[in-house]
Amino acid sequence: MELFNLTLIWAFIIGFGVIMYVLMDGFDLGVGILFPFAPSETDRDTMMNTVAPVWDGNETWLVLGGAGLLAAFPLVYSIILPALYIGVFLMLSGLIFRGVAFEFRFKARTSRYLWNWAFAGGSTIAAFAQGAVVGAYIQGFETTNGAYSGGALDWLTPFTVLTGLGLLAGYALLGSTWLIMKTEGRLQEWAYRITTPLLIAVLVIFAIISVWTPFVDDMVRERWFDHITVIWVLPALTLLCAFQIWRSVRNRFEGMPFVATMGLFITTYLGLIVSRWPYVVPPEYTLWDAASAYESQLFLLLGLLFVIPIVLTYTAWTYWVFRGKVRAGEGYH
Amino acid sequence: MELDPLILSRIQFAFVVSFHAIFPVFSIGLASFIAVLEGLAFKTGNPLWEKLSSFWTKVFAVVFGMGVVSGIVMSFQFGTNWSNFSQASANFLGPMLSYEVITAFFLEAAFLGVLLFGRHKVPAGVHLFAAIMVAVGTFISSFWILSANSWMHTPAGVELRDGVFHVTSWSQAIFNPSFPYRFAHMVMASFLTGGFVVAGVSAWYLLRGREVEANRKALSMCLWMLLFLAPAQAVIGDFHGLNTMEHQPVKVAAMEGNWETSRNVPLLLFAIPDQENQTNRFEIGVPNLASFILTHEWDGEVPGLNEVAVEEQPPVAIVFWSFRVMVGLGLLMIAFALAGLVLRRKGAYYQKRWFLQGLRFMSITPFIAVIAGWFVTEIGRSPWLVYGMMNQAEALTPSLTGGMALFTLIGYVVVYGLVFSAGVYYLLRVLYVGLEDADEGEHESDRPARPLSAAHVPFEIERGSGDVNHARPVNEGGL
Repeated sequence: MELFNLTLIWAFIIGFGVIMYVLMDGFDLGVGILFPFAPSETDRDTMMNTVAPVWDGNETWLVLGGAGLLAAFPLVYSIILPALYIGVFLMLSGLIFRGVAFEFRFKARTSRYLWNWAFAGGSTIAAFAQGAVVGAYIQGFETTNGAYSGGALDWLTPFTVLTGLGLLAGYALLGSTWLIMKTEGRLQEWAYRITTPLLIAVLVIFAIISVWTPFVDDMVRERWFDHITVIWVLPALTLLCAFQIWRSVRNRFEGMPFVATMGLFITTYLGLIVSRWPYVVPPEYTLWDAASAYESQLFLLLGLLFVIPIVLTYTAWTYWVFRGKVRAGEGYH
Repeated sequence: MELDPLILSRIQFAFVVSFHAIFPVFSIGLASFIAVLEGLAFKTGNPLWEKLSSFWTKVFAVVFGMGVVSGIVMSFQFGTNWSNFSQASANFLGPMLSYEVITAFFLEAAFLGVLLFGRHKVPAGVHLFAAIMVAVGTFISSFWILSANSWMHTPAGVELRDGVFHVTSWSQAIFNPSFPYRFAHMVMASFLTGGFVVAGVSAWYLLRGREVEANRKALSMCLWMLLFLAPAQAVIGDFHGLNTMEHQPVKVAAMEGNWETSRNVPLLLFAIPDQENQTNRFEIGVPNLASFILTHEWDGEVPGLNEVAVEEQPPVAIVFWSFRVMVGLGLLMIAFALAGLVLRRKGAYYQKRWFLQGLRFMSITPFIAVIAGWFVTEIGRSPWLVYGMMNQAEALTPSLTGGMALFTLIGYVVVYGLVFSAGVYYLLRVLYVGLEDADEGEHESDRPARPLSAAHVPFEIERGSGDVNHARPVNEGGL
């Protein structure tokens, strides 16, 4: 019985870590995706400055996700990483290039355009790879005796390409609404202009995915379509968030588009979880199959409960230090 | 030819971890040096300390940043290439790595920002506190990662049930038999790395007559530290070796090139180990010295490679020679540290050109020694991954093919090659520009508060500036 409870707590912690990562690294990857389309080079400087002080803290959540998964649900770690072998390599390469681009671009002069491309290309590849992971997760994994037994490119299908594009558009939307909040003048006007088309792209891709998913997996179909249950509240809320984004952009609100986009992500994410619950390595293994030993979950949990509040305090403090608008030709004070 | 995913994965892991290791090993030593400089600045109010601290913090920012970027890759390597190992050891390694992230990585990230950009924005005491916290973070990080690594050498506090390790005692697993020695040896190596790099760079500035007063102070501090630490490292290394002989005798046999367990074993200075014929060619040795060093008795018994079957032996030649490289460089470090003491009379240590030139070249040696040391301990464990309990072949990802492994191996070599040559180039630029402009950066606030961004140094050498030593950072204004 105690094993049961701890595993649920860990599912909540990992779930929290993943959405923290998606929301936080999502907007700074989004800024990278939008980078080549910015009105001018000065605007690119400003865009980069809006995310520069916080991006590496955001990516630490990814490292925590990897280590936490190994600690609490090792089966997930040891099946999904081999299954996504090539995709993980592409994602990490993308993250490396965009990470160093932050640093080198400001020092470069003649080679600056190269770091522009490294930043945009790295962000785009990382975002696409993460979206494909979501698709691969919905598809499920071929396993034999608790180990991945499929091929190197099983994860790359028309369906996962679509989910990859979906997350790409989603991150771009997070990026554009972040820029609305953090910038002003011409750059902010540009961000307002691109938000509505991005929102439409996201909704169209999400709609196709939603229609397609029941055909990919029977369990998902039964859960959503055999009976109309309370879970239909989630897509309703997603649409409400989408409406809110559209309305607040129309009314030129500054903070609300970003908040509503986060809401759109959270409700979609919860929708994904209820589609697959309690399977963490579909179609075979549940949370409880994948869990590590009770004493290991307990040992880490005790430390985590003490340390994570402190980490969250740091993070909030950093965002508070760098609050407010970022102007052209101006960094942080 | 059939591509072997095991060999390719081992090469890939060795490559990414070696490349990663050189950055933290330097930043651990440097973080403490900066904390000491900040402490001196705080206590004495002498602006020279602040100048030194500002300069070395810039170097730190670049090194730390590259360590972070290459470290993200590490946290996924276990899963992608060694999934059976991850699955089997997750009950212990998962919590270790997670504790490293939550107790060290977040601490370093938070306080590094204050250290880099907060000098004029927070009270001096808070700035000093930030410097200390960054240094503490680097130690906490090495604590967890070296505990995990040591456990793979001397597993304790676990039992293997159905192919999965279960922790029976956290204290025994964390403080496993080789951990105290490895931790002390590695921390010492980090201090030696920091010390020799700072000494080498200061010596180079002194040779060129740049910022003489500050660089003399830095050099003097380093030489005092090295005088105690370089010999201490030899003593700790000896204890570490004795511990290895107790728990991993075959590794010691490979280090000594000793094929048969015997008494009166000579210390080999040179030999070409011939694994096929289980013997050495061209041996040159000092009689009985290996017996004395390892057992502290002239006729003591030293374990030989014949204790285990041939297929359970590590590759002897690479372990044997890596060990000699490490020890040889260690002795050279001790020689320079002692020379520093002899030359201290009348300040000869900052005037003798041969000494300063020598220190310049010594700045690269700790990195080579550290990599060689890791080769000794890691390759010496082969074919085991968890010593005596799980071998490398069992640990490999079952679905991994040779082609996939080759693809990512080439990929990582290309990505790292591009990214790190740019990074090293930039680091050299920071050194060329030097201390003279150390304060300028603080007054412009046109750069994001991020590692690597701390130094306001243009990326390319100025066109037509000819002598790079006279290149100065151009004030880029608001760009």
